[in-house]
Amino acid sequence: MNREELKAAITGKWPSAVWEEGNEWATLLGEPEPFPHMMTLLRQDPDLQMDYLFCMTCVDWKTHLTMVYHLRSMAHRHELTVKVKLDRTNPQIETVSHLWRTAEFHEREVYEMFGVRFLNHPDLRLLILPEGWEGKFPLRKDFEDPVNMIRL
Amino acid sequence: MYHETEILETRTDAEGHEWMTINVGPQHPATHGVLHLVITLDGETIVKVDPHLGYIHRSIEKMCESLSYRQFIYVTSRMDYLSAHINNHGCALCVEKGLQVEVPPRAQVIRVLMDELTRIASHELWWGAMAMDLGAFTPFFYAFREREMINDIMEETCGARLTMNYMVPGGVMHDIHPNFQRRVKEFLKDYKRKISEYDEVVTENIIFQNRMKGIGILSPEDAISYGCSGPVARGSGVHCDVRKHYPYEIYSSLQFDEVLESGGDCFARYLVRMREMKESVRIIEQLIDNIPEGDFQAKTKAVLKLPKGEFYSKVETARGEFGVYIVSDGGTTPYRIKFRSPGFSNLSVLDKLARGNKIGDLVAIMGTLDLVIPDIDR
Repeated sequence: MNREELKAAITGKWPSAVWEEGNEWATLLGEPEPFPHMMTLLRQDPDLQMDYLFCMTCVDWKTHLTMVYHLRSMAHRHELTVKVKLDRTNPQIETVSHLWRTAEFHEREVYEMFGVRFLNHPDLRLLILPEGWEGKFPLRKDFEDPVNMIRL
Repeated sequence: MYHETEILETRTDAEGHEWMTINVGPQHPATHGVLHLVITLDGETIVKVDPHLGYIHRSIEKMCESLSYRQFIYVTSRMDYLSAHINNHGCALCVEKGLQVEVPPRAQVIRVLMDELTRIASHELWWGAMAMDLGAFTPFFYAFREREMINDIMEETCGARLTMNYMVPGGVMHDIHPNFQRRVKEFLKDYKRKISEYDEVVTENIIFQNRMKGIGILSPEDAISYGCSGPVARGSGVHCDVRKHYPYEIYSSLQFDEVLESGGDCFARYLVRMREMKESVRIIEQLIDNIPEGDFQAKTKAVLKLPKGEFYSKVETARGEFGVYIVSDGGTTPYRIKFRSPGFSNLSVLDKLARGNKIGDLVAIMGTLDLVIPDIDR
């Protein structure tokens, strides 16, 4: 399926889909509330079959955080981006690690770097940062470390 | 504070099983870098492997936010230092996508040649180190002998042996050295003879095969679900070669096969890499006499500014799919950058593969995952 066909197919199965324009791939905007159902549909529907989560990250926009999921179907060779806007003071979202096992590690990384809490994650704890780091989020824009950060 | 292979905990359950939690790394010869594993054992059988990362974390993604689009490419050589060229290539592609710059044909061919030489050098090192982990010391010297020849070729053209920083947005930094073609052809002539020696020394060795066959079996479904890519996924029969399925540069016009094995065990992953080296030789042979004349770099502005938006590009490194995701706010530095490193996803499957195997097999499993720790930590 090309970009437009994919958009039409998803809109047919998920009528409330909202799209963002201007990106390389079709970009689906999600809300934290129906998000788990939407992701389950994308993963399990035989026409969509988005079985490969090849990239997952978060962007700090200073006013809010955006989760970005890059999905691919290995069978149909189409790709899709899913974005979810999160509140910056109390960011939380349902985990997708039961759908894509790779998300388990990626969510742990986003958890420690951005402070996003993933609900129902099997093992949400620090992965890269040392013990006792909780509460400071290095990849957020307002993170300051006067000792180790060099500004050019 | 942890100490080498320290016993962290022992406990006995109701059925009399004695469980032991031991610590491997972060300085351990088998982890090839500062990887730290906390392993739970039942006798000699692995119950759980818990990787602890971050010993070489430099927060390259944060660093890149304060570097310009020309500068940040140099930092990426330090991630997967064995695929430095290919990392640089991925970043250059992403910046070019944003700038909508057309890369001259000569630069494209040089880039692909460098990528494939890097792939051979990287697989060489993996092969030597892997055989050494399993107790064969000689292959390590064989591998380094050939890798040294590639490093010499790189040094002549790029000026560096490990972190080349040769790719720039718009092409390559400078033209190839006059000796380049001659030396690559000499290398290929020599190498094609050597690679059949490798099979005689290691691949056909029955002790080696017994330690690899049937160990750490990865099903295609798990390979996809865990986000595996590169030889790890292709050893399970997953079609995932970026060069084939999402071709960049001139890969679509080249004759080469996507190497697939169906076994899914350590030996299948081993065979994929061995055959990939031969495919890389095939690609280099097609190109080495056909480097088109012309510019080696497109004209770009001194200060690069990407338009507001998001750009993603992916390349096939020696370890798998390397992705670069740039979010631009229209300025001279990236607003946010994310590197999808193949090693990070490939490591997440380690626990799944190791469970139920003996502790001695862990070395074979880690070896065939081909982990490069700076690539995982970033």
